Amino acid sequence: MSPVQVRGTVLTVRRVDAYVAMTVVAPAIATRFRPGQFIAIAVGGPQSGMLSRRTFSVHDVRPDHGGTVEFVFLPREPGAEWLADCRSRDVLDIVGPLGRPFPVPRDPASCLLVGVGAAAAPLFALAGRLADRGCQADFLLGAESADRVFGALTARRTGRSAMITTADGSLGARGSVIDLLPTVVQQARTDVIYAAAPLGVLRAASALAGRYAIPVQALVDAPAMACGTGLCMGCVLPAVGTDGITRMVRACVDGPVFRGDRVRWDDVGTIPFDALGAPGWKSRAGGVGPAATSLTPGPRDIPEGRQHAG
Amino acid sequence: MPVDLRTRLGQLELPSPVLAASGCAGAGRELAQFTDVARIGALITKSVTLEPRAGNPAPRLTETPSGMLSSPGLQGPGIDGFLQRDLPWLLSRGARAVVSVAGHTVREYAELAVRLSDAAGVSAIEVNLGCPDAAAAGRPFALDATAAGQVVAQVRGSARYDIPVFAKLSPEVTDIVSVARACVSSGADGLSLVNAVPGMAIDPVSFRPVLSGAFGGLSGPAIRPLAIRCVWQVREAFPDVPVIGTGGVRTGRDALEFLLAGAAMVAIGTVLFHDPSACSRIQRELEEELVARGIDRVSEVVGRAHDGAGVVADRHSWVLARAWAVASGGKYP
Repeated sequence: MSPVQVRGTVLTVRRVDAYVAMTVVAPAIATRFRPGQFIAIAVGGPQSGMLSRRTFSVHDVRPDHGGTVEFVFLPREPGAEWLADCRSRDVLDIVGPLGRPFPVPRDPASCLLVGVGAAAAPLFALAGRLADRGCQADFLLGAESADRVFGALTARRTGRSAMITTADGSLGARGSVIDLLPTVVQQARTDVIYAAAPLGVLRAASALAGRYAIPVQALVDAPAMACGTGLCMGCVLPAVGTDGITRMVRACVDGPVFRGDRVRWDDVGTIPFDALGAPGWKSRAGGVGPAATSLTPGPRDIPEGRQHAG
Repeated sequence: MPVDLRTRLGQLELPSPVLAASGCAGAGRELAQFTDVARIGALITKSVTLEPRAGNPAPRLTETPSGMLSSPGLQGPGIDGFLQRDLPWLLSRGARAVVSVAGHTVREYAELAVRLSDAAGVSAIEVNLGCPDAAAAGRPFALDATAAGQVVAQVRGSARYDIPVFAKLSPEVTDIVSVARACVSSGADGLSLVNAVPGMAIDPVSFRPVLSGAFGGLSGPAIRPLAIRCVWQVREAFPDVPVIGTGGVRTGRDALEFLLAGAAMVAIGTVLFHDPSACSRIQRELEEELVARGIDRVSEVVGRAHDGAGVVADRHSWVLARAWAVASGGKYP
């Protein structure tokens, strides 16, 4: 269902360890929402100098007050700080729900939910949906320290199992979720991995899933989104399509949930030479576009830095 | 009584002077979720190139005070993909399509104009002169009056006679009027003022430029006064040439400011990232601003700030006079 732009009233603002959890009344978003989708909020008021919308994965929606939406964030930049200072009954301009949600298995399966920090927030709504399908959910949550582990209690309560890791060892095992991933996948006999974490973890999870030949659905927690609606072309990453061609896709509309084996994790932040339309790119014979014959000299000869217009 | 917002663009009549600016509205699909694209004046598409382009690597975008630095690098499907998928979709929604074209050689621009003329339904062509000129070591066409004029002449000569050609100029020039003059005398039916201004941001944590390409185009309310000044100067020099004003329009009042400076139309750009329904909202606000002033036709306010403009000193003579005064130790004139 297509997203809507609404004015949502703040219901609650709570501190949850290092994070701020905010609940907003937004029935039109709550009813359309599916786990994995996100919202984009205008910050700083109507004359704000902060033009980028701030995007947040939805933690969960509830039916009270006609429909509320909850999201979790770390107030560590001016826009998020402004949001953290909002109070109950303040009104926010919210767009959502945005992006491709987590696909869920048709039949019961053993699912591993891997999350790091507040990025793990969307996994809990997903767990609810998986339970409706008769799926088992194992959690593997990590963070730098105990106060940054999000949802440990809920994971223990609702998951079949819950493993916690922290970089400083202040909660659960010392280390990263990447270290524990192979063990957990074997022990839980995982059929599918759902991951919501920084790129490094998504890359590791995708590589591991490749070795075990299991699917992985990776939610990209892209900080580079300026609009969330697909207009700004800021949040691109290289992904391989079903036709085998690499394209620069937008995390906001083609994601934020991607099949892990489709994203070229090692090439994120670059334009792979074989991506459609890359400098020097030529369509293969009988391929997808006209041969690049009219470009003389090639676009590679032109300083990319000047190509801001577009 | 409702305000008459109709605006003429060559032979074409637009229902409103409020447009979506190139590069900030894609080809309309994303915007249509929040705004009725048939009810805005027109949608200026993201610049179309001959070949598909992957664009620049991330990070491409960063927020700056009241603005945005961006360098997407013209990512797009190329003219074939555009004509197959984007243009038909836009027309099926009842929108008027102004197609922005970009290239690295004069020939590429001309070829694009031919392709667009063969397709049905193109309301106008906007020539994005902000692209690097391969023949001039990557200097954008818009920075050189001769190069800009050559592109416009080729596009005008290649495009069907009934498709108006607008030239989009950069404010990053010493004298925008001379570039505008070159475009107008090369056959431009109108001008778009202004493109984003090159800017840069450096990350104090990594000690490196924020954007992958180091520079990006600065847009948004931060450049509005710059855009207003350019529109004003061009209107002074060419009162009969229609101008699309663009640069940080955020409210109906901002749109009115552009109209008063001499723009016949205003295009909403970066603000769409902040508010995807901005086009409809600004159109409504502009109508309210006009009603509040008892004006019933939008065309009445275009260029009105120039009435009695004799009192405003010509910028160049003022600068010269001031330099002379400083040199002679006297007071400012």
